[in-house]
Amino acid sequence: MTDEHIKQAIIGIIADIAPDEDTGSIDPAVRLRDQMDLDSMDFLDIVMELRKRYGVQVPDTDYQHLASLDSCVAYLRDKMAGKQLVS
Amino acid sequence: MTTDQQQGFNLKSEGKRVLRGSSGGRVDQKANPVEKAKGEYDVVVIGGGLAGLTGANVMATQGYRVCLLEQHYNYGGMATWFRRPGGHVFDISLHGFPVGMVKSMRRYWSKEIADSIVQLESIRFDNPQFSFETQFTREDYTNKVVNAFKLDRAHVESFYDYLRKMEYYNNDGTTTGQMLERFFPGRNDVHRAFMEPITYANGSTLHEPAITYGIVFSNFMSKGVFTFSGGTDQLIMRMRKIMAQSGVDMFSGAQVERVLVEKGRVAGVRVNGRDIKARTVLSNANIKATVLKLAGEENFKPEFIEQTKAVRLSGSSCQVYIGIRQGEEIPFITDLLFCSEATHFTSEELCDMHTKSRTFSFYYPKTRPHLKNAGFTIVSSNNANWTDWQGLDETEYEREKNALIERTVTHLEKYIPDVRSKIDHLEASTPRTFNFYTQQVQGASFGTKFEGLDVSMKLSEQIPGLYHAGSVGIIMSGWLGTVNYGVITANKMAEYLHGSRSGVAS
Ligand SMILES: Cc1cc2nc3c(=O)[nH]c(=O)nc-3n(C[C@H](O)[C@H](O)[C@H](O)COP(=O)(O)OP(=O)(O)OC[C@H]3O[C@@H](n4cnc5c(N)ncnc54)[C@H](O)[C@@H]3O)c2cc1C
Repeated sequence: MTDEHIKQAIIGIIADIAPDEDTGSIDPAVRLRDQMDLDSMDFLDIVMELRKRYGVQVPDTDYQHLASLDSCVAYLRDKMAGKQLVS
Repeated sequence: MTTDQQQGFNLKSEGKRVLRGSSGGRVDQKANPVEKAKGEYDVVVIGGGLAGLTGANVMATQGYRVCLLEQHYNYGGMATWFRRPGGHVFDISLHGFPVGMVKSMRRYWSKEIADSIVQLESIRFDNPQFSFETQFTREDYTNKVVNAFKLDRAHVESFYDYLRKMEYYNNDGTTTGQMLERFFPGRNDVHRAFMEPITYANGSTLHEPAITYGIVFSNFMSKGVFTFSGGTDQLIMRMRKIMAQSGVDMFSGAQVERVLVEKGRVAGVRVNGRDIKARTVLSNANIKATVLKLAGEENFKPEFIEQTKAVRLSGSSCQVYIGIRQGEEIPFITDLLFCSEATHFTSEELCDMHTKSRTFSFYYPKTRPHLKNAGFTIVSSNNANWTDWQGLDETEYEREKNALIERTVTHLEKYIPDVRSKIDHLEASTPRTFNFYTQQVQGASFGTKFEGLDVSMKLSEQIPGLYHAGSVGIIMSGWLGTVNYGVITANKMAEYLHGSRSGVAS
């Protein structure tokens, strides 16, 4: 999966769990929490969806790596290698 | 009474099996309730309270084979209701929850359930120190306390901000009482306004760690207090439908007697004398009962057993159920009335057996809009201690229950002077009732004090595959807390199962 696909994968998950948020204008460098109304349960949902859709495990000690889109990409690059984007 | 009964453990594993039903649990259980259960599951859930139901549903929607075993004939645990002649339906724990429920219901249950959540129109406080009505939104509540107590608005706001940020602080040992005293020194009336509703909501006192107050108060103090339109029966019915669609095998009247442990790992459960294999077990039973009774001390490290034994349970409750005769009406008073005749506020007074403080929940026909003949019911709740009620003999018990009913109706007459002539059903429940129906140790209404959370979260470190979700640690109690905790635990279980499938954890 390319970096762009990883970003799309995360945005796709956020769009599903927080349908009221505008996912079109997310700044990849800025913390997601600072741009959207996301709480710790939302991050838990992202983790559960990553497991369900891509078989990727994110242990709770690593949740901090999901702070922004850029940090997600850096953290997930190896884990998502060879996976297909689920729409 | 056996020692187990005195401690509040109530695991009916021996002797004649009965269904816990409206006739006081004396209906004989006929068929084998778990006859149709398969021999093995990925997940067996012990208990169908809100945490167990939610955990089971989340696991099933992730594709796991899930079985849920509930000892009562009904699902819901404390989130329950009962019917009485005269067309009455009484809700036990449908008094109010924070707005966060909307999101959790939509996400983990259904949009339809989320769409039935509505805001309470009015909440009233009435006691010798102050009296006002509020919607309990941040804006309205601030206006009311600023006016009633002549406080500086910026100071009140700074208190909220402090509370909101507490999530990120560590627990430094400050108690809620100390924190309130620091912000509002010498103002027992202000402490009452901030603490009383939270005590009703989760049984906590001024002596708990301030962080528990910060988290719970911040959840509530935002958009108001919410309820489920349709009543608890509709909610649980819809949840059961969704679980049937998700493929959860559900069995009621199924008493889990034992968590089976083999070679240090979870192997399954023993239920009504039958063994069912499971890769993971999620216990929604009380955390102390889970460790000390269901899994058994011998399967844990001694330090963990000590830690578990030291966990204090939350308080319990008494309720009085008041049915208004069909055809009679009562005026709109408010939805939720926090009232007291005690001159001053102390946590001890609120839990006293003869407390002068209680919350009235008024259920108007709007509670069950789908019913043609929906009537009026009123439920009074107060905090209570297991030890006050546990030792009474049957005569004393009946006498105390009747005295509670009488005090409650007299208190209610202050707000609806002619109510007595309109009542056609009166009944009381006590800590013993809650213990009997849900097997919560000592009838705990809200699980445990703060320290219980650590034990709950570390269970799987002691016995891989064994998890707990349910009201615990004050912050994980109430409808919202237990639903969310069910999800948090389900995520940990999925992580474990996923890992062991690909060989990582095995
Ligand atoms: C009087 C009262 C009023 C309340 N009001 C509110 C309110 O207004 N708002 C709010 O948010 N919260 C309220 N609460 C709190 C809320 O109801 C509880 O925190 C929540 O419902 C607890 O859910 P739970 O899943 O932790 O446990 P429980 O509801 O206790 O469920 C545990 C389940 O496990 C079953 N079980 C236990 N042991 C076994 C076994 N060995 N085998 C099989 N089954 C077993 C029990 O029968 C039960 O069904 C109130 C509570 C009480 C008592």
